[in-house]
Amino acid sequence: MTQQTLESAPDVMVDLDRNAQGDLQTEEMLVNMGPQHPSTHGVLRVVLRTDGEMVLEAIPHVGYLHRCAEKIGENLQPYQYIPYTDRMDYLAGMNNNQGFALAVEKLCGLQVPPRGQAIRVIFSELNRVASHLVSLGTYGLDMGAFTPFLYCFREREMILDLFEAACGARLTYSYLTTGGAHDDLPEGWVDRCREFLDYFETKIIDYNNLLSFNHIFVKRTARVGVISAKDAVAWALTGPVLRGSGIRWDLRKIRPYDGYETYDFDVPIAEPGGSGEIPEEVVVGDCWSRYFVRVLEMTQSVRIIRQALDRLPPGDFRAPKSVGMKLPDDEVYVEVENPRGQLGFYVRGDGSAIPARVKARGPSFCNLSILTHICRNVLLADVPAIIGSIDVVMGEVDR
Amino acid sequence: MAPEEICRLLKDKFEAIEDTVLEGGHAYAKVRSTDWPAVARFLRDDPRLGFNFLRCISAVDLLAEDKFACIYDLMSVSLDRPAELITTTQEFAVRVVTDRNAAVIPTVSDVWPAADWHEREVYDLMGVTFEGHPDLRRILCCDDWVGHPLRKDYEFPLEYEGIPATTEFELTNPRH
Repeated sequence: MTQQTLESAPDVMVDLDRNAQGDLQTEEMLVNMGPQHPSTHGVLRVVLRTDGEMVLEAIPHVGYLHRCAEKIGENLQPYQYIPYTDRMDYLAGMNNNQGFALAVEKLCGLQVPPRGQAIRVIFSELNRVASHLVSLGTYGLDMGAFTPFLYCFREREMILDLFEAACGARLTYSYLTTGGAHDDLPEGWVDRCREFLDYFETKIIDYNNLLSFNHIFVKRTARVGVISAKDAVAWALTGPVLRGSGIRWDLRKIRPYDGYETYDFDVPIAEPGGSGEIPEEVVVGDCWSRYFVRVLEMTQSVRIIRQALDRLPPGDFRAPKSVGMKLPDDEVYVEVENPRGQLGFYVRGDGSAIPARVKARGPSFCNLSILTHICRNVLLADVPAIIGSIDVVMGEVDR
Repeated sequence: MAPEEICRLLKDKFEAIEDTVLEGGHAYAKVRSTDWPAVARFLRDDPRLGFNFLRCISAVDLLAEDKFACIYDLMSVSLDRPAELITTTQEFAVRVVTDRNAAVIPTVSDVWPAADWHEREVYDLMGVTFEGHPDLRRILCCDDWVGHPLRKDYEFPLEYEGIPATTEFELTNPRH
């Protein structure tokens, strides 16, 4: 230490003394998390106002992936717009295709043949499983568990192989389209799918052993980011986030589409105390509940796919004249249950073949809007746990 | 409750209901913009209605009529026995119309917190101002963006921050 710093030492002491007279406060600091932070699942930027390890406020900034999807919808015919819906929630392309196709069909009064409906149910449920696998795996990564991610992606790869066999694409399918599906199932596909389901069902136990009931994982996620049922409804949260708050609500049961009313399946919610396997630290509406709803939903999706494969009716897979039709001067708003929640499409026609307005309600967009409300006075390390449990896909938030 | 009954209930209670459209793919009531927050509060709090869930706000540019329309899609989620499977719900839609050259609608973000981001999105892309909104700033476009892209008379900028933005058909400055 030089002489100079020794001489300046008394001044520092005076400053410390002056601070000690007031309240003991550390300096508030703004921390910029994202847009390229690995645990923000895409280009999400969150500005955190922190005091030491505590986060006082978290303000999300979105829009980095805005691609004018709605404006494009006003310039293309509906069947040409299907590929753009793939790119909204790019982990659940099939469900997005289905949502937009249903809105257009309702507007035009188009009837999908039974085989087309069954194909849609099979593919949207397979895509739900694939999407939840990504969610599970990356949530484990956020919490420092690398291994479950590899297991989840191993099974997801098999689903993508099934998709590739049916439509040639592995991510942006454009397979379910206006009037039904774009192509019929290839030969032997049904047996391949059954094989996969038999294999996959045993693997869900692995995920639970690896991640769900892992002590460290439970400690990081239980009682963190609790959303009450009242708040969940007020902020219009949907999907596993709403069910994680203990509300047994599923659009496939309430407003069934594509024949969901004829399938036998349950709507799982996380019920602490209800069954013996749920850790006792867990409370309704915390991160762990939201996570576990997704695990339980995969079992239900497998049930639905099995029923659909068994009954797969012969006949047309796509309604005739489902391309280039004139849209009547009317408007519709249709929602479907996406893996992330309710995806809505508002479509307005004006008598021509091109819609006058296409509006998409992204479930991630609405689910993310509660972030500021639940990230108040939480630990810095809990913020990735909360963002991961909401499971946002930025392509759909920004559209 | 069927949309007809909801419309009748609203008409009895408020003079602000300008019109109701029940046929077609999307039943709605047209509400005068100045009275919209009061109607919204009634829709949420009345036990017969209980529209506690704002699904979406879709803004439409009605260029021919020189108006903007905002369509609020509502739903009711029963919180009485949430652990049981909910099988029923009510749906309704409200349309609020405002002038194109003075596009102002009172905010309902205090009625439904979900409206916060939806209203910011409508403001950003369509340029409708929501009076009383706590934090009305752009959400999808960047802060210094000029204009509101979803308006039908929007002109695409030819440059942004010195970066030429050419369209497919009008290549003003081809570089490759």
